Amino acid sequence: MSTVPILPDNTIEAPGARAPLVLGGNDFASVTDKVCSIVERPRLPRAWYVAFTISCALTALLVAMVGYLFLAGIGVWGLNIPVGWGFDITNFVFWVGIGHAGTLISAILFLFRQKWRTGINRFAEAMTIFAVICAGIFPAIHTGRPWFDYWLFPYPNQMSVWPNFRSPLLWDVFAVSTYFTVSLMFWFTGMLPDLATLRDRATTRGRRIVYGILSLGWRGSGRHWHRYERVYLLLAALAAPLVLSVHSVVSFDFAVAQLPGWHSTIFPPYFVAGAIFSGFAMVITLLVPVRAFFGLEEIITTRHLENMAKITLATGLMVAYSYGVEFFMAWYSGNPLEQFVLANRAMGPYAWAFWIMMCCNVAAPQAFWFKKVRTTPWTLVGVSVLINVGMWFERFVIIVTSLHRGALPSSWGYYRPTWVELGTLAGSFGLFMTLFLLFLRYGPMIAMAEVKSVMPAAGLEHGPHHGHGQYWGEIPHQHDRRREGARP
Amino acid sequence: MSEPTAVAVVAGPRCWGLLAEFESVDTLLAAAERVRDAGFVKFDAFAPFPIHGLDEAMGIRTSRLPLVVLGGGVTGACAGLLLQWWTNAFDYRYLVSGKPYFGLPVAIPVTFELTVLLAAIGAFVGLVVANRLPELYHPVLHNAAFQARATTDGFFVAVEAGDPRFDVARTRSFLEGLGAVRVDELEDD
Repeated sequence: MSTVPILPDNTIEAPGARAPLVLGGNDFASVTDKVCSIVERPRLPRAWYVAFTISCALTALLVAMVGYLFLAGIGVWGLNIPVGWGFDITNFVFWVGIGHAGTLISAILFLFRQKWRTGINRFAEAMTIFAVICAGIFPAIHTGRPWFDYWLFPYPNQMSVWPNFRSPLLWDVFAVSTYFTVSLMFWFTGMLPDLATLRDRATTRGRRIVYGILSLGWRGSGRHWHRYERVYLLLAALAAPLVLSVHSVVSFDFAVAQLPGWHSTIFPPYFVAGAIFSGFAMVITLLVPVRAFFGLEEIITTRHLENMAKITLATGLMVAYSYGVEFFMAWYSGNPLEQFVLANRAMGPYAWAFWIMMCCNVAAPQAFWFKKVRTTPWTLVGVSVLINVGMWFERFVIIVTSLHRGALPSSWGYYRPTWVELGTLAGSFGLFMTLFLLFLRYGPMIAMAEVKSVMPAAGLEHGPHHGHGQYWGEIPHQHDRRREGARP
Repeated sequence: MSEPTAVAVVAGPRCWGLLAEFESVDTLLAAAERVRDAGFVKFDAFAPFPIHGLDEAMGIRTSRLPLVVLGGGVTGACAGLLLQWWTNAFDYRYLVSGKPYFGLPVAIPVTFELTVLLAAIGAFVGLVVANRLPELYHPVLHNAAFQARATTDGFFVAVEAGDPRFDVARTRSFLEGLGAVRVDELEDD
C-alpha cells in the first residue's frame, strides 16, 4: 500500500496483440516472491489483525446464536405460519450463490481459455469453499431438530426407512455436498504446485513439514504435469455443468412447489445467473481491498477487474430480464393468484425489500457500462457491495413475499426477523471472513504456477496462436521447430 | 549418443542419477527431446509450471486417466439410478402425493450429482495414485539448486542411474553438451 506503482494501462484493446496479464517487469522469481512473501513475512500489517479480531468475534456470535437456537428451539426465530422460511433459507441461497463465481472462474473460464483467470482463480475458489461452508450451516440448523440431520442421507438404518428422493430438498443435499466435495478437490489439485513452492521456500522446520505434507511431495515432474493437466481439464469439464446444476437444484426447492411466486420454469437459469452475478460482485468486493492491501496490482491488474465488471454487468442484465419475465408471465398466464403475488411483491407490505432489490440489482450495475467505473477500484467496490445487498434481498423477496399472503386472506401474516436471526446472519459473515483471512495468511493466494504459464517468458510472445493447446503456457514456436524436423 | 558401453557400475551404489539445470523453457524442451532421442527411458523433466509440448518432447504416452474418470462417471450414474429405484420403489414403497414410486425425470438431479461426484473423485484419486503421491521423499528434493528454483523459476532434467544407458561420466558430458548450466550427482539414502 505504501508504494503505489505506476503501471501501464492494460485495458486497451490492440488488434493482433494480447494485453499483458502481469505488469511491472516481473519475472517468474518475482511473482513467487510477491505471492509467497504474504505467507512468509513474520507479521502482517495491523489491519489484518483488526479484521481478524472482528471476524473472530462475529464467528463467536454465530456459535452463540446457533447454540441458543439448539437449546431454546426454532421459536427464537421470527418464523411462524404462514412464513415458514425466512432468514435461514435466504442466507442459504445467498451463500451458495456467492460460491458460484469461484467455480465459474476456475472451470468455465478455463474451458473458454480465458487466460486472465489465472490471477484471480485461487482467490475465487477459496471464496467458493468458504461460502459453501457458510451455506451448509443454514439447512442444517433450520430443521428444528438438527441432531437428526443425518437422516437426510440414505444409509441403512434400524428404522428401515429411506429418504424421499422425490423431494427437491433431498436433491439439495446431494447437489450441495457434491458441489463442496468437487470444489475442494479442484481447489486442492490446483494448489499442489504452489504448496510445493511454499515447502521449498520454507525456512522453519514446522513450515517444511506442514507444507511438505500438504503438497504431497509435488516436485514439478514433467510426467506428473502431463497427468495433472489432463485431470485439471477433466475436473473443469465436470465442474462446469456442476456449477450450473447446483443453483438449478436450489431453485427446484421453490420451482417444484405449487406456490404462486415460486412455481416457475424460469427459476433454474434465473437462479444461476443471479448466483454468478452475486458471486462476481463478492469477488470484486473482496479482491480490490486485498489487492491494494498486499500490493498485488501487478498480478491482479486493472484488466482483471474490468473483465469481472463486464461479467457482472452481463449477468446483471440476465437477472433484470428474469425479473421482467416473472411479471410478464404473471400477466400473460391470466392466473389471478400469480398476478396477486407479483403485484403484492412490488406494492404490498414488503415493497421496501422489492425496491431495494430493484435498485441494487437492476439500476446499480448499469454503472458498469462506463469504463471509468469499471476501471476505478473503489467505484467497483461500491457498486459490488450494492449488488451483494441486492442479491440478498432478492432471495428474501422471493421467499417471504410468496409465503406471507397465501390464497386465504385470514392466514396472512408479516414476518420480522428476531435478533437471533440477525445475529446468525452477521455471524455467518464472521465465519466467512475468518476462514478467508486465515487463507490469505497461510495459503498461496494467487495460483503462481498458472500465472507464470501466461507470462511472456513461458513462450507466449513468440508467435500467433495455433488454435490448440491454448490453455496454460502454450509454446507456439515449438510446433515450428518440430516441423523443421530438428532432431539430432 | 553412440551405443552405451558395457562399463560395470562406475557410480557407487548410492548414486541415484544426474540432475541438469537449464535456463529457460526453450532449452529445457530442446534438452528433453535430445535425452529422449538418445534412448534414455528413466528420465524426467521438472518445471515450475506446466509446459505445453513437454510431454511430447519427453515422449510420454498419453495418460489413460480419462478412462478412470469415465469409469467413475458411469459408476456414479448407475449407482444413482439404482439407489433411488431400490430405496423408494422397491425396498420401502410409500406413496407421496400420488407420484410414481420411481420416475426418470425426478431421478435426474441425484443421478447427475452422483455421476459428477464419482467422476471427479476418480480424477482426483487417479491423479494422486498415478503420480505415486504422496511421496514425501525423493532424491531430487535434496538438491540445493532444485530446492531453490525447481518450483520457482528453474528447469531441470534428471536421468536416473537405473537407466540402462546411464553412465556417470558420459551422461554428465552429454547433459552438459545440451546446454545445462549445471549438472549435479544425486545420491539416494
